[in-house]
Amino acid sequence: MSQTKAIAYEKPSNDVRNFRVFASVVLTVITVLTLLPIVLIVIASFTDETTLLANGYSFFPAKLSTDAYYYMVRQSSTILRAYGITILVTAVGTLGSIVLTTAIAYPMSRRDFRYRGALSFFVFFTMLFNGGVVSAYIMWTRIFSIRDTLFALIIPNYLMGAFNIFLVRNYYENAIPTALIESAQIDGATELTVFFRIMLPLAVPTIATVALFTALAYWNDWTNGLYYITDTSLYGIQNLLIRIMNNIQFLKSSSNAALLGTQTVDLPGTSVRMALAVIGILPILIIFPFAQKYFVKGVVLGAVKG
Amino acid sequence: MTAIAKKSRKGKYKLAKTGPLMMIALPGIIYLLINNYLPMFGVFLAFKDYSYMRGIFGSKWCGLDNFEFLFATKDAWIMTRNTLLYNAAFIVLGTVCSIFLAILIYELGEKRRVKIFQGSLMLPNLLSWVVVGFIVYAFLNADTGFVNNTILKATGGAPVSWYSTPGPWPWILILVYLWKFMGTNSIIYVSTIAGIDKSIFEAAQLDGASKWKQIMLITVPMLKSTVITLTLMSIGRIFYSDFGLFYQVPQNSGRLFDVTQTIDTYVYRGLMELNDVGMSAAAALYQSLVGFILVVAANALVRKIDSENALF
Repeated sequence: MSQTKAIAYEKPSNDVRNFRVFASVVLTVITVLTLLPIVLIVIASFTDETTLLANGYSFFPAKLSTDAYYYMVRQSSTILRAYGITILVTAVGTLGSIVLTTAIAYPMSRRDFRYRGALSFFVFFTMLFNGGVVSAYIMWTRIFSIRDTLFALIIPNYLMGAFNIFLVRNYYENAIPTALIESAQIDGATELTVFFRIMLPLAVPTIATVALFTALAYWNDWTNGLYYITDTSLYGIQNLLIRIMNNIQFLKSSSNAALLGTQTVDLPGTSVRMALAVIGILPILIIFPFAQKYFVKGVVLGAVKG
Repeated sequence: MTAIAKKSRKGKYKLAKTGPLMMIALPGIIYLLINNYLPMFGVFLAFKDYSYMRGIFGSKWCGLDNFEFLFATKDAWIMTRNTLLYNAAFIVLGTVCSIFLAILIYELGEKRRVKIFQGSLMLPNLLSWVVVGFIVYAFLNADTGFVNNTILKATGGAPVSWYSTPGPWPWILILVYLWKFMGTNSIIYVSTIAGIDKSIFEAAQLDGASKWKQIMLITVPMLKSTVITLTLMSIGRIFYSDFGLFYQVPQNSGRLFDVTQTIDTYVYRGLMELNDVGMSAAAALYQSLVGFILVVAANALVRKIDSENALF
């Protein structure tokens, strides 16, 4: 009796160990396959241009070179400008988004606020129905004349969304005791004081999640630029990447192939493009390990309560 | 002082609070009014023969003409078919792959390893569609692409001009979708598995159930309600597609429109490339209306099955 029990107990523990090894091996393979495409463009950015054109993209290029990065330093004005615009737009947009989102979420979380239900529905309805990009485009360009201004990169679409508002509201409702607000009010604090001195500082863990998602959205956005920016001096890094891709394809398809042939040697086109993509994702790669926790939290909260 | 003053005028207690709270919410309300609500009223453009010269209000009404033209073209059928079929493939394959990953990640046990694997698998989701387009281009471009130059050379295949060959694109797009979202989508399943009562596994273990059996008979059935909820929510969004995936990844290549055109890319092209505002607005309204009905219906179903996770 005791023997069978011992066997029954030992067998699964072996099983668990085997499965753990299996899981590690399979996950390692999947993870390597997932990362390889990113590794490919990093290697391509360090590949000698003539080698790249002769042998194509490769994980083991015959000749490495840092020309692409030198070229970028020499051409730095365009690239730095685009980089600066992306940083500016991301910073201003994220900051503005946090202020607007936490501010509208606070009254929604107050059970004694008369228009709480109405306000929540007002926010919520934007998740159900939208007017679509056509009327939004006509509105922003015709009524607000937003085309070719920095506002076009900051204001449409990303400044505030129902999803983040509900994230913050739920946090206010569940994590901050009403008694705290009441006692502050008895001490004579106005609503504005309560918001800035209590609700905002206490919401930092959720604000971190919201800020992360918003910053990522701004950094990676190319659609606002696509719709509203024609002046290339206002291009952020993503739209600069699109323009470079289009130019190369245009040059390729045009009849100037001979001219292009002479130019490609001293103009490291392909590797520069990849180098530019690499600097485009570099900040994300650097920040992400520290922000992963908040990212995971946001995904879990969002999936449970969209 | 103020607190006493408020209390003495009990009738105005609520009103005194409404003002300041309203003020705090006001900037956000104004933003939503402009960014979200004004375009909703703008859908009337779908019933106008819009001209840039005459403007929003000056353009002539044309009834349902835009819709008649739209649905007379084969574009309407192609973009609807593509949007629905791709989403169906994403829902089915995405769910299966995410659950598979989640089970493996959960079985790792050790926190540090979970973090490394999970982080690496989430990485593609952090890249913009433009960069993803670059990566795909590095693999697929005809002259220097990795596939033509290395894989096909090694296997003796003839080089393919990928950006003008529609055939493989459904598979390419599905692969790119899974690559980008699988890791992130598995997070929710990892957290669901972590929430399962450990004593159930212990009891099964004592009864001699193998790890495989435990997964098939405990873990997977326990994920059922999460799967149903997430699937219904995706069905609610089945009329929408990821513009970046279908526009940036195929490099806007005209030869591929048959298999890459979705409602979102059609609306963009109509508006920005063909300057056909009326038709584009009609397609956008078609998407918004059907989308609205689907979201409400899907949510009603979620509410019936699992009211905790319903949107409303």
